[in-house]
Amino acid sequence: MGLSGQQSVADSFSHLVEDEEKEFTLRDGSRIAVVGGGPAGSFFSYFLLKMAETIDLDLTVDIFEPRAFKYCGPAGCNHCGGIVSESLVQILAAEGIVLPRSVVQRGVESYVVHMDVGDVSIESPVHEQRIAALYRGNGPREGCKTDLVSFDDFLQGMVKEKGVNIVRKLITGVEFRDGLPFLDFADGVGETYDLVTVAAGVNSNFIRLLDDLPGDYEPPKTTRGYICEFHSSKEEILRILGRSVHVFLLSIPRFEFAAIIPKGEFATVVMVGEDLDQELVHAFLNDPVVRRTFPTDKIPCVCSCSPLINLGARKRPYGDRIVMVGDSGITRLYKDGIGAAFRTGKAAATAALFHGVSGKDFEKHYWPTCKRIVNDNRVGKVMFATNTIMKNSRLTRNAMLRMTRKEQDTAGAKPHMSSLLWNMFTGSAPYVEMFRGTMHPGFIYNLLKSVASSFFPESRNTPIKKKVA
Amino acid sequence: MVRGALGKIYKDGEEIIHEGKSGDSMYVVQGGRVEVLQNSKKGGEQHLAYLEAGDFFGEMAVFEKEVRSATVRAAGEARVLKVDKKALLTRIREDPLLAVNLLKTMSHRIRDLNHEIARHKKTHL
Repeated sequence: MGLSGQQSVADSFSHLVEDEEKEFTLRDGSRIAVVGGGPAGSFFSYFLLKMAETIDLDLTVDIFEPRAFKYCGPAGCNHCGGIVSESLVQILAAEGIVLPRSVVQRGVESYVVHMDVGDVSIESPVHEQRIAALYRGNGPREGCKTDLVSFDDFLQGMVKEKGVNIVRKLITGVEFRDGLPFLDFADGVGETYDLVTVAAGVNSNFIRLLDDLPGDYEPPKTTRGYICEFHSSKEEILRILGRSVHVFLLSIPRFEFAAIIPKGEFATVVMVGEDLDQELVHAFLNDPVVRRTFPTDKIPCVCSCSPLINLGARKRPYGDRIVMVGDSGITRLYKDGIGAAFRTGKAAATAALFHGVSGKDFEKHYWPTCKRIVNDNRVGKVMFATNTIMKNSRLTRNAMLRMTRKEQDTAGAKPHMSSLLWNMFTGSAPYVEMFRGTMHPGFIYNLLKSVASSFFPESRNTPIKKKVA
Repeated sequence: MVRGALGKIYKDGEEIIHEGKSGDSMYVVQGGRVEVLQNSKKGGEQHLAYLEAGDFFGEMAVFEKEVRSATVRAAGEARVLKVDKKALLTRIREDPLLAVNLLKTMSHRIRDLNHEIARHKKTHL
């Protein structure tokens, strides 16, 4: 073959590549279906349209969400503890997204750690309210009288302003027709899209529909969490819990993590762990440490659920013209699910808009963001396992308490343990960063010193002052 | 105007950042109004701007190690959220598009400054 022959083969090959690239590129008039109108779906749509606007690209985005987050109770509920982490609050602010008063049920400034050996309050490092306690749906049925606006409804309002259509249709099937994804609806009609973004979470039936699609869309590993809303007056909740989130390090067998979050006239109890069941929930709610913090026997639980929680990543949260964001694909272990929805939603939108919607495009430009979360979760598992070992020994519980108290009481002290616990509970920092903190010589030295001093009784046991202002 | 619920409340006239001092955070107004002021050569302070919910200030400290170029005080009660330099730069590394929002505002400010210089030149010619 002569030079011209080689040239023509090279030209044809490069045309083929170019054609394929064009085929998988979003163009004016491209249609995108987003299945699920929670934070992951809304963040994806918001950033897709915001960035499309800057490059003068006209896209149509339909969000399929059968629930209306304006309703109270199960009809608008999104099964979530409802904490927006410190890091996400700051990033949202930098993106120009202000969380209004009607959405934030309580700005959190401190966490109180409760153990059988004592309690300790950990203040926000910057002494300001940078964590938001809110409702993903419009709260429990009993809250309908209040002026509550749900986070998911607020985000939907934001994407509607960008031009997104919210479609209240139930999707009954998904298949590929002529290389394009086709959605079947319950009313018998169907539509073709250029890209389908799955943001339906792990509690939706939709993710089971993906099993029939070509490609390895193996669902993520899940476990059950427990959420319960206790109802009283706003003043009473504030008097009991103050402005703090209360977390528990208890030596109940199989117990991993639980928190009580004040939200106006409600207090949300959240429990997570790989081996959670009714017996464990009962043991927790009746534990004397929990009872002395919050009278679970006197204040009624008006709404409870056991939603599925994503415990691991999908092996491949993308394919040609399909991408999974938030819980449907990858999330952070136990913490900051909304933060993971933000990160994956924006990363998928960026990949789709600037690089293309083929599986290869997502692998190259979306998967790195997911992989960072996956790798961080691996470290998180080690951190939670270490935490379980430490909280199961009275000696180490005492050491943790003393070390944290000393740091909180001493002005200018390096907050080694306080930072670790703060980040573990708030989800504000990656697990890798927390792990690095535990390798600091100062952390190791002070922990060993606290362990040694735990053999002797502590002179001080002052009660925690509650912030109610 | 959207009134945010997070950050810290500053009383009327309370200083948030001070001209000439070093800083390593930027701030985003969540509610109320803040006033941006600069020391005048003639003495006293010169009003530069009012900022409202969603506006940010102090962003120069995130990108350079210079001291604050202006003083910012609450004009009436204001709620302001502090954004840590480290948290922001870490996220910008992962998501460079986050910087676009900041660049947009900084670009608007340069445009306003250019108009101001042009106006100043005209009146002094």
